[in-house]
Amino acid sequence: MSRIDTAFRQARAENRAAFVPYLTAGFPTRDAFLQHARTVLAHADLLEVGLPYSDPLGDGPTIQRSSEVALEGGVTTAGVFDMIRTLRSETEKPIVVMTYYNPMYCYGEGGEAGFLRDLAAAGGDGVILPDLPPDEAGTVIDTAREIGLDTVFLTAPTSTPERVALVTDACRGFVYAVSVTGVTGAREATSSEVPSLVGRIQEATDLPIAVGFGVSNAATAAPVAAVADGVVVGSALIRTIAEGGDLDALAREIAGACRRENA
Amino acid sequence: MFPQPDARGRYGMYGGRYVPETLIPALDELTDAYREARADPAFEARLTEILRDAVGRPSNLTLAENLSRDLGGMRVWLKREDLNHTGAHKINNTVGQVLLAKRMGKTRIIAETGAGQHGVATATAAAMFGLPCVVYMGEEDVRRQALNVFRMKLLGAEVVPVTSGTRTLKDATNEAIRDWVTNVRSTFYVIGSVVGPHPYPMMVRDFQAVIGMETMDQLEERIGRRVPDAVVACVGGGSNAIGIFAPFAYLPEGQRPRLIGVEAAGHGLESGAHAASISSGKRGVLHGALMYLLSSDDGQITPAHSVSAGLDYPGVGPEHSFYADEGIAEYVAVDDASALRAFRHLAEVEGIIPALETSHAFAYLETLAGELGADADVVVNLSGRGDKDVNEAMRVLGDLAGLDAARSESVS
Repeated sequence: MSRIDTAFRQARAENRAAFVPYLTAGFPTRDAFLQHARTVLAHADLLEVGLPYSDPLGDGPTIQRSSEVALEGGVTTAGVFDMIRTLRSETEKPIVVMTYYNPMYCYGEGGEAGFLRDLAAAGGDGVILPDLPPDEAGTVIDTAREIGLDTVFLTAPTSTPERVALVTDACRGFVYAVSVTGVTGAREATSSEVPSLVGRIQEATDLPIAVGFGVSNAATAAPVAAVADGVVVGSALIRTIAEGGDLDALAREIAGACRRENA
Repeated sequence: MFPQPDARGRYGMYGGRYVPETLIPALDELTDAYREARADPAFEARLTEILRDAVGRPSNLTLAENLSRDLGGMRVWLKREDLNHTGAHKINNTVGQVLLAKRMGKTRIIAETGAGQHGVATATAAAMFGLPCVVYMGEEDVRRQALNVFRMKLLGAEVVPVTSGTRTLKDATNEAIRDWVTNVRSTFYVIGSVVGPHPYPMMVRDFQAVIGMETMDQLEERIGRRVPDAVVACVGGGSNAIGIFAPFAYLPEGQRPRLIGVEAAGHGLESGAHAASISSGKRGVLHGALMYLLSSDDGQITPAHSVSAGLDYPGVGPEHSFYADEGIAEYVAVDDASALRAFRHLAEVEGIIPALETSHAFAYLETLAGELGADADVVVNLSGRGDKDVNEAMRVLGDLAGLDAARSESVS
């Protein structure tokens, strides 16, 4: 059983949705990122680490800007693995890398296989690649299975039942349900599509389902936590860091909203 | 029409669909709608009518006698896409895609643009069909191409300046994709080159292939054979080049002419400031397809540079990437200075001001003349007119002294 399986199982046993924060590695600096990661890990079940990419076409302005800052600060793929290694020495909570396919494809001598091996060696538990649908991910899936990394693919509101089946079959650890047609970013209200979306995915798989895109606080997290196994929050955390806000308070608030008795 | 990519949109290893899941059903819908449309005689008839009556096709094939003489007698034929409505080949594709959008019941058109030629061509097609149009354009390009921004607005389009990344074409494309992901149910994304996820590279090629097919017919009439010795075109994303190459590319080896794609070497391939994805790039994934591109060792896309905004793109279409590997076409690179000299030269000897993009193709002719000798027929795709580039040329060449310096260099 992977760390990810264990984390979702434990959250379920405690009648809550898992809290899955996303932070951009190296934003605003390496050390500040590590400090922020420790802050959110205190409340989180699983950490999503964004490996910055120059052309993040699935991301809204907040995460785009954080990626630009990280890259301007000189973050490299090897540097991100090193940050994961540091965090791994401090926590047993699962760490999943979210990035785009090109940094993986172009990685060192080994390309995608080398990327996955080095991620696993650094203590990472899985990958999420928003621009790599399972149709194109054959070799990534094979390599990840071989070395014991989980592969998390995304379903969308536009996914047909056939697509949902294809995507969930390719997933290990959990399924990432995108709550809206759109890019990442904090939103005022939770999409009304979420319950039906989660229902459609549940028909296809027994894997935990984490919902992301648009969750920004307790008010938007609670309705998601009521129907899904996990709540992913990224842009709202990044914005709080960028604005010098209270990250610990926001993470605590959202983690609280993930407890169903409080929903 | 031409060999199709495989079911996953692959030309050899290139192409595919590296996009968010949200778009996959839309790409399936588009692929089906496109195949149905191409099989419908009514669609074909309407497209042919628009290309004739609104675009001005067929475009002329002009023998450039003075240029041919200067090159030692090799006959240079110009495929005059510069004479199309809106001044470039881009309109061949946009009228096709917008006609398809209308047929699919889409109610909103979006596009990306670099120099603004594709934006203008899309805004024109949207105006013809009465559809609202939003064009994404890097803030840097908005500043450099104020005239085209105003043209798009005149045509009723909304121009959205993009402030992320390098603020140029690549970032405008990211932003257009983000819009499409958000409004996918109502919106048709008109991509301007043979890039993007399947079926775009195939669809754009098919719409542009009218260039090559007309060329074959016109050559038969003029020189009694359908296949010349060489075909030359500039390559950024590669749509004008694919348009003239495709009908020749899949002829059996031995019957195929030399197909030469000219990339932008910018300040020189060694300088790092160029846009030569095939000549000097590596394989990777950009904007939904596997292709040759410019990227760092870490897979971060690196900014392209060319004096010509239309070639200033850090990737190249998957079918070109395939042609390059298979030796179906050759790809070379020409720097800014050489392109500017060719720009000047064509204007002087033929009375045609070519686009700076197209000038790269002309700059390669001297080398080609040396290889082919006098008894050869070469077709250059004159992909666009240079009116849009006059300000930039003035800025770069400065004044007549600059022009004279460029001229004496070209003589030496």
